[in-house]
This record gives sequence, structure tokens and C-alpha cells, in this order.
Amino acid sequence: MKLVTAILKPFKLDDVKHALESLGVHGLTVSEVQGYGRQKGHTEVYRGAEYTVDFVPKVRVEVLVDAADADRVVEAIASAARTGKIGDGKVWVTPVDALVRVRTGERGPDAL
Amino acid sequence: MNSGDTAWVLASSALVLLMTPGLAFFYGGMVRAKSVLNMLMMNFICLAIVGVLWMLYGYSLAFAPDAKLGLVGNLGNVGLKGTIDQLTGASGHQIPVLAFVMFQLMFAIITPALVSGAIADRAKFWAWGAFVVLWATIVYFPVAHWVFAFDVTDSAGNVVAAGGWIANKLKAYDFAGGTAVHINAGAAGLALALVLGKRRGWPKEPMRPHNVPFVLLGASLLWFGWFGFNAGSSLKADAVAANAFTTTMVATAAATLGWLVVEQIRDGKPTTVGAASGAVAGLVAITPACAFVNPVGGTIIGAVAGAACALAVSMKYRFGFDDSLDVVGVHLVGGTVGTVLTGVFATTTTGAAAQNGLFEGGGFDQLWRQVVAAVAVFAYSFVLAYIIGKLIDKTIGFRVSEEDEVTGVDTSEHAESGYELAAVGAGGAFRPQASGVSTGTVGA
Repeated sequence: MKLVTAILKPFKLDDVKHALESLGVHGLTVSEVQGYGRQKGHTEVYRGAEYTVDFVPKVRVEVLVDAADADRVVEAIASAARTGKIGDGKVWVTPVDALVRVRTGERGPDAL
Repeated sequence: MNSGDTAWVLASSALVLLMTPGLAFFYGGMVRAKSVLNMLMMNFICLAIVGVLWMLYGYSLAFAPDAKLGLVGNLGNVGLKGTIDQLTGASGHQIPVLAFVMFQLMFAIITPALVSGAIADRAKFWAWGAFVVLWATIVYFPVAHWVFAFDVTDSAGNVVAAGGWIANKLKAYDFAGGTAVHINAGAAGLALALVLGKRRGWPKEPMRPHNVPFVLLGASLLWFGWFGFNAGSSLKADAVAANAFTTTMVATAAATLGWLVVEQIRDGKPTTVGAASGAVAGLVAITPACAFVNPVGGTIIGAVAGAACALAVSMKYRFGFDDSLDVVGVHLVGGTVGTVLTGVFATTTTGAAAQNGLFEGGGFDQLWRQVVAAVAVFAYSFVLAYIIGKLIDKTIGFRVSEEDEVTGVDTSEHAESGYELAAVGAGGAFRPQASGVSTGTVGA
């Protein structure tokens, strides 16, 4: 089993969700996060004083998948989220040792 | 008694009262989320403190017959003695003295409240309360006497109760408080910003306004209430009031545009905070002038003030004083622009001005009177506010500890948070009765 984590532009979340649904992915977790990569932040001006805002709002999407599906899921997220402009984000995959479905107690791939 | 005039003054009093909560939101939106409640409270407490002081002796010091040299009223109206059932005003336009007492109270409340913006995020709450008591007593009440207390004469023209020196001897024009309210508050704000010092991290750390909609809401409430402030100062429901209402409207509109034009040219974008600030700058500047200038003069004063204040708010970075919410840049600068330009655009055609200003063919005679009034109020307020501030700082301490400042004055001074947004709650436990823990930490 793998955990696919993606940091994306918030306005691409819907496209990513639809792409994952069409792959048959049953669940995902979304959180609002802030940070920066190469594109850095933006500036705001209040009463003539300029404030640099380094942290840009992003969404983090987390999906648990079978190891065999990981590459296809990564590819689907990346292509759905791509604008080609700086700040599109990143997707990475980490191994998952154990998994339990809380309601039934099912373990391993059955719990996906 | 004239019931029309009385109704207008009572309604105006309520309009001006609303300005203080309006100011609280204007300021409250500009601070960080961790000190929004303290900012609201520094304003709201002025309603409570000055509301009581005014009844006890404030009205008397400001408006009882002059005690000495036009500097302060006597103690004849302590406890509002001798005001019930009394009338005031010109023949045919008499209103109950208590209507005038309430109208002027609202000015006495908002003036110290204006000062609070200079020391956002870092003042001990009751130290601020002590400042309000002392500054209102020693500075505002006497200065209101200087500017707003006119000689009362009998039918033969003899003075039966003398008023303040600026109104009667200097004869400077200040219809609703360019000097007594705005220069006065701006000078005190500058003094307190110097006494308390900069906020931790200023100006390196970004201190963005946490709620810009509050800022615009507050400015809008100020604009609404200001019609009572300016047009109500006629103390009659008459043509002078209507002109003051009109000049207030057009000056504020022009000042909003003036500020936004400066922003568009300098920063590339017109901002919401800029529109709100421009409106307030215009309201401030037209305050002394409103009844003495015509609508064209009012528009010019507003446009000049909007642009001047937009440029003035950058001064604090050059000179290194942390006037957090620009009490100096908006109220001192706007008040001075308005007070001086009253001596330029005043016109006898308004029915309120006895002599013309510089551009209306009156020469420099009114202009120098305006400058003297502005300088006198600035100097008196700045020096006294600095001394009162230092006195409080050396005795009970004016500034919160470094840790309290970083955590936020809402927690340290009030044991409250402005916003509870976390869906998971804060953990901890609830007790129906507070344990009296001064930090406000539950179950600590």
C-alpha cells in the first residue's frame, strides 16, 4: 500500500477530484495548508507600506492506494493539476506499513 | 424652546455616539487578530469613563462660565447642577441645556478614543483607562472650553458668562473640532507612541490588518455619524446645518478619490483600506471648515486632505515612531490641513463666517488666527499627553510584558479571544464560575 500526497493550487482541487473519481479512487483527505516553493509569495500594500507574504495558500491531498495503482494515481493528479505555470506544486509517494478500517476492523489492502 | 432645533440636536447626539463604536471597528479591523478585542475595548471604555466624568465635572470644566483667562470653566455645573430645565441658544433657537450637554459629551468621548490607535497591541488596559481619565480632565475639557465655549451676552450685548480664548479672543474658526478634537487627539497620539515605543518586530515584521471589511464598516459608520458631528454643531436645524451637511458629504467624497489616486499612482492598485482611510481623512479635514466654506471650498479641502494624508502615513517609517494606526497621519495632518484651509476658503456667504478667508478676498487675517489655534492646541496636548503618559509608565507601567505582547493583549488583558474558528474546539474544561485566575487559562 502507498500514501500519495500532493500539494496543489487550490483552484485545481475539483479537477483532481474528478480525475481520481474516474480512476475509481474511493476516498481522499484534503487540508488547507500554506507554504512556498520556487515561486515564493506575493506582496500586499496597506496605507502605502508593502508587506511580503511568503506563504501561499495551497491544498494538500492525501490518497491511500494499492501499490499497483500508485503510478496511475500520481499521473492522474499531476496531469489534472498542471497549469504549466510556476507554483503548480508536487506529488510524492510513501510506503504504508499498516492500515485498519476503523468501522469493521479490516486490515491491509481490504481496508482501502 | 424651539422643538425643531431640540429634535435635531438630540438626534445628532445619538449620531455622534455611534461614531465611537464605528471608530472601534475602523481601528479593530486594522490590528492583528490577537488584539482586536483590546482595540475595541480601548474605544468602548471611553463611552463608560468619559460618560461618568462628564456628569461629575467634565461639562463644568468645559462649558460653565469661564474661571480664568478663557482657559477653563468654573465648577458651577458640577454634577450637572443648574442644567435641568435650563435653556441655551439664541432667541428663537433655544434648546434645553441638557441636549447641549449630551451633544458635547459625545465629542468628549470620541476624542480620547481616537488617541488609542497610536498605541495598538501593547498597552495595559487599565493604564489606558487612567490615561483617559487624566487626559480628558487636564487636556480635553479645558481645550473644549477654549474652542467651543462662546461668550453668552444679554440683550444689551454685555457678556454675562465668558467662554474660551480661542473662540472669543482669538476668534479662530473651528466649527466642529478640527483643533479641539483632531489636532488634540493627533498630538496626544504622537506623544503616546513615543512614550510606549515601537511594537516588537516593528517595522520589520508584517503586521497586516486582520479584518479589512471591519475597517470599511467602521469608516462607513463614522461617515454616517459625522453628519451629526458637523451639521449638529449648528445647534439649530437651519441653513447653516444644511451647508455643513453638504460640505461634509462632498469633502469626504473628494478625499476618498484623493487617497485612491495617490495609491493608484504610487502603488499601482486602489485599496479598500485606502478608501476607508481617505474618507476618514476628508471627514477630519472638513470638521473645522464645514459651516464656514461653500461646497466648492469643501470639495477642495477634502481632495487636498485625502492626498496629503495618503502621503503623510509614510512619515512614521522615515522618523521611526510606531503610530500603529496612523492617528498622526490622518487626524493630526488632516485636522491641521482643515484648520488652516478654513482660513483660506471661509466665506461670509455661508452665513456662519464673519470674515472671508484668503482666497475669498479676506487677506491673511483669518488665516493667522487658524494657524495660532492649531499650534496652541498641538503644543498643549502634546506636552501634557507626554507628561501624563510618562507618569503612568513610571508608576503603574503603561506597556504589557514582552511575552504578553507576543501572545496578544486580548489574552493578557481581557482573558478572551476574538475568534473561535477551530472545529475541534480548544480542549480543556468548562467551569460555570471563573476561578479568578488572572491569566484566564482554564484548568491551568
